[in-house]
Amino acid sequence: MAVLKRIAVALVTLFFVTTLTFFVVRNTPGDALQVWALEIVQTYGISMEDAMKQVRAMYGYDPDEPVLSQYIRYVKGLARGNLGTSILYKSSVNEIVFQALPWTVFILSTSLVLSFSIGALLGMAIAWKRKTVLDPIITGYAAITGATPDYITALILLIIFAINLKWFPLKGAYDPAVKPGFTWEFIKSVLYHGVLPIAAYTFENTAAWALAMKGSAVSVLGEDYIMAAWARGLKERRIMTRYMGRNAMLPLVTGLAIAFGSMMGGSVLIETIFNYPGIGWFFNQAVARRDYGLMQGLFFLTAAAVILANLIADLLYTRLDPRIRLEE
Amino acid sequence: MTVASIRAESRWRTWYATFLILYRNKRAFVGFLILLAFLLMAIVGPYLVPLDMSARYAERYLPPSWEHPLGTDFVGRDTFALIVHGSRDVLSIAFLAALFTVGIALAVGMVAGLQGGLVDAVLMLLTNTVLTIPKFPVMLVFATVFRVKDPFSLALILSVWAWGGLARAVRSQILSLKEREFIEAARVMGLGLPHIVVRELLPNIMPYVAINFLYIMKDAITASVGLMFLGIIPFSATNWGMMLNLATQQSGAIYIPQGLYYALAPMVAIILFQLGALFFAHGLDEVLNPRLRS
Repeated sequence: MAVLKRIAVALVTLFFVTTLTFFVVRNTPGDALQVWALEIVQTYGISMEDAMKQVRAMYGYDPDEPVLSQYIRYVKGLARGNLGTSILYKSSVNEIVFQALPWTVFILSTSLVLSFSIGALLGMAIAWKRKTVLDPIITGYAAITGATPDYITALILLIIFAINLKWFPLKGAYDPAVKPGFTWEFIKSVLYHGVLPIAAYTFENTAAWALAMKGSAVSVLGEDYIMAAWARGLKERRIMTRYMGRNAMLPLVTGLAIAFGSMMGGSVLIETIFNYPGIGWFFNQAVARRDYGLMQGLFFLTAAAVILANLIADLLYTRLDPRIRLEE
Repeated sequence: MTVASIRAESRWRTWYATFLILYRNKRAFVGFLILLAFLLMAIVGPYLVPLDMSARYAERYLPPSWEHPLGTDFVGRDTFALIVHGSRDVLSIAFLAALFTVGIALAVGMVAGLQGGLVDAVLMLLTNTVLTIPKFPVMLVFATVFRVKDPFSLALILSVWAWGGLARAVRSQILSLKEREFIEAARVMGLGLPHIVVRELLPNIMPYVAINFLYIMKDAITASVGLMFLGIIPFSATNWGMMLNLATQQSGAIYIPQGLYYALAPMVAIILFQLGALFFAHGLDEVLNPRLRS
């Protein structure tokens, strides 16, 4: 029952966001469509009126149609998995998502796993042994990453490692000379191109995880079962990993969804800086070239992904920690 | 001594005590100095440092010197003057955005906390939505659709999706405050809702709101510079975000070694300001939350 309630809240959130974007974006596609129609007039030599008709049919936009029926049609399309049409690429948004999403998922999941595990280990270390040099170093590191927007971290990495040292490529997700496939050469190229974007996210997020883990671990250390574990004469290592580490990690699970959301939001800037052809890069193209269809589709996708991530984290958390019941 | 002068003196003492705690907290004091420097730069800087926007190609990408403390940009303009004049723009946008954001958050949080019931449920669902959906893409869509042209509308767009966290915190503080005895007492005395809100509730959450004001300003700078960096709102050539956009995308200054000073200047300015805001906010937190003081 409680699970159903969570799912219902997620759906309501998604519905609300969908409605909001529809009405925010709806008023504007006029000029963009005109540009597209003009292009058709020039290439096929038909009249502007016919071109406009054609474009509207392709885009699924009719100015004479009542707003409500436009909206219903849009929602119906989304329910069927149709994200809309891109004017710029002259293809469905689904096709673009199909190309771009794997890259974003690859970068974000790798960075999330890396920053979470490095951060959790560091946090555990400074909670376990206070008053080491590691503590002030991590506090300083956290202040620096807290003050540096992720896109500036990315720019600095780009300037140092791609432009000046030329260790890593300036753009792309893999070397175009390598044929995509399940070959070692292709995987190597993908990893090589992914290093800088992954490094930017990981550098930016690790310190926050370390501090969160430290806070959580310190409170766990005060629990009776830690004392009991010492009294039973368990090995230090076992207490640190099994007793403190595992329990301290629990509250951080919900943080994973929040981190995923902010990384997904930041991907527009990061992927643009590294010219990395993921969702964020296409989002920027849509915004820069005023491709409202693409923008709307990608925004919906982003929102849906983040809402889903939150739902999963919520359910996972209650599953992992029996003390938290999905009550009410 | 009159009551007024005693009151004035005790107020002065409070300020002095606050300052002392800040002064003793090294990090907070450094943050305070950084923020003060930026404030001065934004307010009086433009009168002291003249900005010459004319292009002199012979003087492009000069390294730092006495004449040009931060070198020159891709058409020979003084980078330091650009940063100084940009600071006014960046800070005023962030200040306005924080003002709007705090306003929305206070309104939503207080109404939800005081009203309860269905109003509370609806407002919290809305707050939850704002917190769940990442704000940068939302601001991007708004900035694209509404074609921002001035600082005021940019500040509005920056605050539209930034109030969630504070609204939720204000609501929970109100929920706990309204059960306290002094609020009960005010109610029994029949002091009315406006009095309770303005004289009893607001002063109690103000310290918390003041700290958050700084954090929100910091986030507003990150977001506004990010939007400008993408080139969506090109209304001011000296804005740090616009400088970054020009340095990385338009002029290609980051690709040549001589252009590095120019490209790094806005980045360092942003990082310094953010660091100042963080340090000062942490310090304020310790001043206003005696429990945190060690």
